[in-house]
Amino acid sequence: MRASLLIAAKDLRQRLRDRSVLVFTLVLPLGLGLVFSLVLGDLADGNDVFRYAVADADGGQVAAVFTHQVLPAASEGGAITVRTASSTQEALRLVDDGDVTAAFILPPAFTARVMAGQEAVIEVVGDVDAPLGTGVARSLAESFTARLTSVRVSVAAALRAGSTRDPARLAAEAASVPDPLRQVEIPASRRELDATTYYAAGMSVFFLFFTVQFGVTSLLDERRAGTLARLLASPIRPLSVLLGKLITSLVVGTVGTAVLVAATSVLMGARWGHPVGVGILVLTGVLAATGVVAVVASLARTSEQAGGWQAVVAISLGALGGAFFPVAQVGGPLAVISLVSPHRWFLRGLADLAGGDVRAVLPSAGALTAFALVGFGTAYLLGRREVRL
Amino acid sequence: MTTDTPEVLSCKGLRKRFDDVTAVDDVSFTIAAGETYGLLGPNGAGKTTIISMVAGILRPDAGDVLVEGVPVSTRTTEPKGRIGYVPQELAVYPDLTGRENLTFFARLQGLSRVAAARRVAHVLGVVGLTDRADDRAEHYSGGMRRRLHIGMGLLHEPILLVLDEPTAGVDPQSRNAIMDNIRELAHSGLAILYTTHYMEEAERLCDRVGVIDAGRLVAEGTRRELVALLGERDRISLSVDGDLGHAEDVARLVPAVLGVAARGRGLELLVHDARQCLPAVLSALAEEDVRVRAVEVDEPNLETVFLHLTGRALRG
Ligand SMILES: Nc1ncnc2c1ncn2[C@@H]1O[C@H](COP(=O)(O)OP(=O)(O)O)[C@@H](O)[C@H]1O
Ligand SMILES: [Mg+2]
Repeated sequence: MRASLLIAAKDLRQRLRDRSVLVFTLVLPLGLGLVFSLVLGDLADGNDVFRYAVADADGGQVAAVFTHQVLPAASEGGAITVRTASSTQEALRLVDDGDVTAAFILPPAFTARVMAGQEAVIEVVGDVDAPLGTGVARSLAESFTARLTSVRVSVAAALRAGSTRDPARLAAEAASVPDPLRQVEIPASRRELDATTYYAAGMSVFFLFFTVQFGVTSLLDERRAGTLARLLASPIRPLSVLLGKLITSLVVGTVGTAVLVAATSVLMGARWGHPVGVGILVLTGVLAATGVVAVVASLARTSEQAGGWQAVVAISLGALGGAFFPVAQVGGPLAVISLVSPHRWFLRGLADLAGGDVRAVLPSAGALTAFALVGFGTAYLLGRREVRL
Repeated sequence: MTTDTPEVLSCKGLRKRFDDVTAVDDVSFTIAAGETYGLLGPNGAGKTTIISMVAGILRPDAGDVLVEGVPVSTRTTEPKGRIGYVPQELAVYPDLTGRENLTFFARLQGLSRVAAARRVAHVLGVVGLTDRADDRAEHYSGGMRRRLHIGMGLLHEPILLVLDEPTAGVDPQSRNAIMDNIRELAHSGLAILYTTHYMEEAERLCDRVGVIDAGRLVAEGTRRELVALLGERDRISLSVDGDLGHAEDVARLVPAVLGVAARGRGLELLVHDARQCLPAVLSALAEEDVRVRAVEVDEPNLETVFLHLTGRALRG
């Protein structure tokens, strides 16, 4: 262990003299994170994640349940805000002007259609540039109208049973019964990072896959420079050399990310979440990144080759994992494939953490640890001949 | 050399193959304390491979390396602390200062911070880098870097110093300084294993020389013992004008000539009796329009020995 620490200390001294480590750990991620959050910030911003308008052209009791109960309940968590438009035209204008992300239009005779047992639809008109916000609005509307189907059935049943109460009241009551579906929707929208945090985190984890190279990949430099022979001829175990490189990667990765967390919080107003949860994710994220980079390094012959391959891997996994664009929220096969990316798990862990519970990061931390273990195991098997273990 | 000095290094039956190349083929030799042993052979002879096995960074296919009777392998750590290893490639960190380079390896050798600082200061003096100790190695001249590189093998006061072509690519002045350094170290009782393809270095520096060719130790002994292998043979040096390769081919066809090597602007011939065969050589060359400008009959040297043993030149 002493030898590994000596090697790591030597490496860190070299890396500090090397400007590129500063560029990759701080300058690039901060710069790009800032750009991304400014350019794409409209996607979602802070508490005011999604802004909606609602126009009630029906005025009936069932429509009132949606406008006065469902929407206010959904906005309680601060995830969305809803303003009432006086007419359908005004609602559409609000969308056009970009004042709101999407508008709910309750068409005339909405209540009557529900009463008559006919299909009733809430129209959602959304900003095409904000697919995420529109998607959330659509799912809110659909979960409500889906419930109306069962309401229609229960109102019909009550009437058949000889109820003398006003069928419209009956329908409204039934519609306002909390539904498990709605319970799912609201936490889903709450478990999202605001744009600034998302891109700060995305850039941090993206560049993490570059900064950890400065440790493990330097083994290839040492081999070419001949210093690896000298290290191996020293009275230390060959494994100590590998461990030393690993420690270097972990220190550079952890310190770099910690500084980025602090800097993006102060400079960009990113909200990473509970420090303990962030700490767990950063540490496991650094381990995962080091594991992936170690595999690439063990396959490469030179550090230039390793650097090239690592850039490809880092960009691919980064793009797939949502470092540039929230892939997971698009859904579909891409969201499933994205699970092979450690970046995705890091960002998902942070999103889970945004719910407030530190333990929520554990599944993602576990996945990241698995990446690390598989990576180290593979790299060891592939690379042990390098250091003649 | 027959002394009662205990062996510091003993290599027994070393073998190493790389795919279809047998790099080292059944090589055995010993080095005593205070003795400088040279491995002399052309590029590709297997010197570095032997050195790497001695330093414990390459696993032999067969054979043993013992340092003071303790086996050295890629897994052992303890005996490595007795070996000072100076690889063929310049192995210094250019972005660290001379002092930082030395301190790092001293600490890796297990020296405490204080002990390391003391040894580093001493070694800086030995290799003449005290004045530039706190400059980064990337700002050193080639010779200075070489000296730093050699100094790194001395930090832990090894009992065996292993140097793989330490003068390769060094200016003559630095080369002399390095040779003087090594001679002094040998006087202090260090056992030294030294590889080179320069005959002059082996002659100047080494108590005993092992001649190595194509992975095999083809002869071993003091300079005198090796030259005695030649018997009555003589060495003729010829300076010639024109196509050296052609001259070499012509000389080789003269019956009394045992070996020919091109060297600089001339030829080295190994012959049975110089006085007797010189006329035949000169007339053969004259017939082929090779102009001979000078002729010298010399004492045989290690180059001649190599020529005798392998029929080839040490350096092409
Ligand atoms: N790592 C290796 N892989 C394959 N062949 C090698 C390797 N190292 C050395 N060789 C071969 O072994 C032979 C001896 O090489 P080496 O020990 O470097 O010779 P020298 O140091 O005397 O110049 C050469 O033919 C060389 O090509
Ligand atoms: Mg060599």
